[in-house]
This record gives sequence, C-alpha cells and structure tokens, in this order.
Amino acid sequence: MNNHFREQAIDALADPQLRDNFRGAMDFLRAKRQSAFTDTEALKQLRALGHKIKANTLARLPDLLEQLEQNCLQNGIQVHWAETPEQACEVIHNIISAQNGQLAVKGKSMVSEEVGLNHYLEKRGIESLESDMGEYIVQLANETPSHIIMPAIHKSKEQIAHLFEDKIEGVDYTDNVDELIGTGRQILREKFSQADVGISGVNFAVAETGTLCLVENEGNGRMCTTVPSTHIAITGIEKVVATLDDIPPLLSLLTRSATGQNISTYFNMISSPRKTGEKDGPQSVHLVLLDNGRSRMYQDENLQQTLRCIRCGACMNHCPVYSRIGGHAYGTVYPGPIGQVVMPQIDGLDKQGEMTEGCSLNGACGEVCPVEIPLPNLIRKLREQKSAKPDGHALTPGAGSQRKPKEAFAWSLWQTLYGQPWLYRFVTKMATRLRHASPRAIGGWTRYRTAPKPAPKSLHELMSQRAEANQTDGASK
Amino acid sequence: MTTTANMSAKQQPSQVYFFGTCLIDLFYPEAGLSAIELLEREGIQVHYPQAQTCCGQPAFNSGYNDEAIAVAAKQIELLSDPIPVIVPSASCAAMMKHHYPTLFENHPMSSKANELASRVYELTEFLVRVLDISLTDKGTPVKIAMHTSCSARREMAVTEDGFSLIRQLKNVSIVEPERASECCGFGGTFAIKQPEISAAMAEDKCQAIHNTGASKMISGDCGCLMNLNGVMEKTNRGIKGEHLASFIIDRTRT
Repeated sequence: MNNHFREQAIDALADPQLRDNFRGAMDFLRAKRQSAFTDTEALKQLRALGHKIKANTLARLPDLLEQLEQNCLQNGIQVHWAETPEQACEVIHNIISAQNGQLAVKGKSMVSEEVGLNHYLEKRGIESLESDMGEYIVQLANETPSHIIMPAIHKSKEQIAHLFEDKIEGVDYTDNVDELIGTGRQILREKFSQADVGISGVNFAVAETGTLCLVENEGNGRMCTTVPSTHIAITGIEKVVATLDDIPPLLSLLTRSATGQNISTYFNMISSPRKTGEKDGPQSVHLVLLDNGRSRMYQDENLQQTLRCIRCGACMNHCPVYSRIGGHAYGTVYPGPIGQVVMPQIDGLDKQGEMTEGCSLNGACGEVCPVEIPLPNLIRKLREQKSAKPDGHALTPGAGSQRKPKEAFAWSLWQTLYGQPWLYRFVTKMATRLRHASPRAIGGWTRYRTAPKPAPKSLHELMSQRAEANQTDGASK
Repeated sequence: MTTTANMSAKQQPSQVYFFGTCLIDLFYPEAGLSAIELLEREGIQVHYPQAQTCCGQPAFNSGYNDEAIAVAAKQIELLSDPIPVIVPSASCAAMMKHHYPTLFENHPMSSKANELASRVYELTEFLVRVLDISLTDKGTPVKIAMHTSCSARREMAVTEDGFSLIRQLKNVSIVEPERASECCGFGGTFAIKQPEISAAMAEDKCQAIHNTGASKMISGDCGCLMNLNGVMEKTNRGIKGEHLASFIIDRTRT
C-alpha cells in the first residue's frame, strides 16, 4: 500500500530550495495564464466550448476510436491496441527489435512515463533518450518528471548547471541558460541522426482524418517524428477528437492554460508515413492506443469526466498544495489535482487512495480547468469510494480498501452527536462550561496553531436566553 | 410557523431562518449574534431553530456520505418553511446550496433538498443583493486586511458583496493580502489530516496578511478565522481576525 504521500510531502516542505523553485515557477505560470486570458467572458465561452467538445467526444468514444483506426490504417499508419502498460511496452519493443533498433529518441509523452517505457526498453538493451530539454535533464538526473508540462521545473538553473558538469563529459560549470540549452541541443542533434526509432506522444488524434496532432515548443518533437525511419506514437484512448474543427478551440485552451502562450511554436499534424517521392519523413508510422483503466473510468458517469483532461497542467499550477510540495511528493506519474483523480483510478484506491487527502477542496483547480472538469468533486467522490462500505458498487479498483474502522467509528459518533439535537445541545453546553479544561493539544493542529477555545456560551444558549427574555418582557408589558 | 413569505425581486422578505453553523455555535457565537442583529435592524424577523446542528459538510468532504445525509436531512426538515435561509459562512452556505442537491440525488428527500437549496443565501450576499442595506460608519480610522474564503470566492461568488459592505464604512481602508485567492490551508479535516501542508499554507497566508500592515483581519468564514487566528496567536503576530458581521455591527451600532 502506498502510504507515503504525507511523509514525502513533509520532506518536500523541509527543502527550502525546492519550495522556492516551485513557488517562483507557479507564480510565473499563473501570471502568464492570466495575461493570456484577459477577457473573462471570452474565456468562459471558450471553456464551455472545450467542455462540450470533449463531452461530445466521450459520448461517442468507442465509435470514434474505430473511426480513428480505420482512417489511420487507410493513411498507412499501423494501429496497435494495448490494454495494459506491459502490453504497450511489448508492442513498442517488438516494433523496435523487428528492425534491430538500438537507439530510440523520444519526444515528451506522459503516457510513455505512465507505461514505464524507458525502463522497459533499457532493460532490453535499447537506449531510449529523452529529447525534450526538461525530460533530458530529468533523465540525466535519474529522476522522473515533477510536472506534466515542465518536467524539470523543480530544479534551479544552478542545480542544472551542476548536473551537466557532473554527468556530461567535457562540460564545465555555467549557469548561463543559453549555454546550458546549447549543450543539450548539441548532444541531442547527434542522437537524432543516429536513432533508429522516434517515439512521441499525441495531443489530439483526429478520427475523421486519421491525423495525429503534436503540440511542442522546442522542435525536438518533429525531429523525433521525421528523422528516424520509424515513428511510434503512443496515446491514451481519451485523446481522440471527432473532427479537425475540434482542434482550434482545444489547442487555444491548451497552450494558454499550460504556459500562457497564445499558440505553441510548433504544431505537427501527422497523417501518414513518407509517401513516394517525398524527401523526408519516416518509412513507417505506428500508433499505440493505451487503455490502462480508461475504459473502466468510462463506465462511471461521474468519474468519466476525468477523461476530458487535455493535460495542460493548469490545475497543478494553481493548486496551493502542489505549489508547496511539488510533483515528486505525490510519488506518481501524474501529480497534483488531476493526478489525485487519475492515479487512484489507474493504480487502484488501495495503492493511491491516500493522495486524495492532499487537498483542501479550495476549488482553484476546478476554477482554472480549461475543460471544466469538476476536480474537487471527483476528489471527494474518490474519498467516498476509498472508505466505502464493502457492499458498495464502486467500480474503481480498491474501493473500500481504505475504510479504517477507527475513522468510520468516529464518523458514526459524529452522526449520532449532530443527528440528535438534544444530545448536541447537551454536549456543546458541557464544552462551554468546561472551556478552561478544553484540550491545549489537538494532534497536528496545535503543532502550528493555538487550540480554539469554546465560547463561554454557545449561540444556541444565547439565542434561547434571548427568547426567554423577550417572553418575560412581553409578559410584563 | 405558518407564514409564507413572497420572495419577489422587489419585495423584501419579512422573515428568515438563521443557520448558525457549528463552528460559530461553539467558538464564535458573537459573530452569529452580530449577523442576527444586522438582519433584525433591517426589520426582519429572524427564526433560529434550536434543533439545528451542522450542515454535514465535514462528513461529506471526508467521503462519509451516509453520515452526512443523516445529519443534513435533519436540517432540511427543520428549515422547511419557504423563507430564506441565511448562513454566515460561505462554505456551509455552499454545502446547502450546491452540494445538498447532489448529495440527495436519488434520495427520497431529493426534491426537499433542492427546494431548500434554492432558498439559501450567504449573509453578505443577502445583505447586499436582497436587502441592499446602507451602513453608517461610527468608528475611528482603521486599516483592515480582508481575507476571502475559497468558498466565498469560488462556490458562492460573493467576494464582491463582502467588499461592498466594508467599502460603505468611511473610516475603514481595506487591503488585500498578496495571493488573496490562495487557500489559507484550513479545509476542515484537511488541517487535521495533513497538518504540515496545511500549516505551510496558513503560515504563508498569515505572513501575507502581516505584510499588509493592517491592524485587523476580517473574514466571512469562521473556519479560516480559526485557522489563521491560531497561527497568528502561536507566532505572536498581534493581528486578530474577526468575523465580518461582528466588525460591521461594532462600527455601526448607535
């Protein structure tokens, strides 16, 4: 059982450098998003449209996936279905080994992190090199991404300078950002030309045309998808959209919500492998469609809303908990509010249920979500399933596994107390009478705060005294 | 009680229910009394059912819906006459207005829950939007920091109402702390279950309030007040938070 969320959060809170890095980065991203959405009415309409597009897509998900497959096949893109991470890795490994590939270059893809692709390939003797600068830094440091858009956001430029100095031969310390990026680029350029296979994610897969859309800023993504002779794209099944018309509003919401950009530097649309007479592009293109719990999420009418996510990371950037503890404290592939909703559904509530407690239900994530996913409600829903009674009908794996007898008893006691007005009045009256004896230490609360003291008289008492006084007044008049 | 108040836009209700919230009942009763006085001063008859306890939010937020329903159902029965229900806390108001309908979905009391939800007002919302009250400041000049709860800001969207009330007080200058829209870290059981994260949030918020140079902090939510006052007191910052209703009553009483 993963019960490390709290411990990891405490460690993160104790690291002032980490807290500074996150605070600064999150403030920056929040301000950027705000300046990209100056017209609140327009934003409202665009969010509603984004919500509608994704909801309509989900309503026809099975049909759209079939349509996507057909059109991809027609375009010459080979389509593979993977139910589990293992299956996805196996499919990709088979494609690479069929051509005796040794080196794969990878564009940014959270789904490839979800299935643990690098690790799988490396264990089988295939080098899989991250080519997104942030991912490259994280890979160099033997870490995992701490954010879904900006994987190395937890590191300062000085920390990256030390990392490059330590890990890359012939590189001296410099915290000049341009020089650091130059170093990374030089190394990656060489690898692009040597790679047998390019791997990428997918931001939108268009069913009507069989087109894979990729949003990126660095240009490394298109190197991965055009230079090597084989391109393998991997995506969750929820990334399908019906038509090309759906793309502009979603893209606008994605880039503005993520980094505050009106549009990304690159937007790639891949519809087929290299055609006869064309001078570049891969000889073969593969699409791996991953389920990994998504069709199960689809069965629950509430939790299905999870699948609207376009992976912009805005919920993380605005989450006061994520801002303070960073992505690694969650110990999962997807961190922050969307992670708290996705991960327990993928891995099971028994393994990831605890992370749903890392939320004050303040609503900031739901407020900024570009496709209006009611994240606080979904977190609450998962808390309910986590401690559900054994006879419940929850679909999420591990439902009820974290029902703690002590906690359940405390809530039944709470129900008894607040469900019986006379008992409630009696107990609160006692609490006010014994206010000087009220506990000075209440668990974690008083480690950082003084304990609240009951008032000399409760509002109930004061109001009933007032009513009595009024009656006496009335009688004497 | 048999009176049915007509809630047309132009006609003021003559009677309301007051739902005091469990935190106010035990820890901040003066905030409740102040709110009631504000309503009564406008000529409104305030009913305070003695059988009220808690809106059910703590259990609901913790995922114990059966327990939340059991307690919430009692409040629904209790507040059954068709008159407005005034709640001096945005988070409890939001529970009744926005979460009762989903909590009671597929429950025999569903229509009653929906009907109640349609009558729930957060205190400042009611004072400003329904009663359109005017205030005359009788206090000395003071600078206050306004803390708006997340529920007031996002679920109830009444932030502006609190501000517009305080702005009527001539001698009061309002400042908003840095990152005003960020949560103070209370979150009910969150503060107990994740004390370290909660404390980091509360500490930052207190520092931001301290940085404003205000001598007082005002909020419409007692959960935030309990949290922030606890930290202010522990760290001897010398700023005390007060419920908006108490602050207004103190400055406008003759």
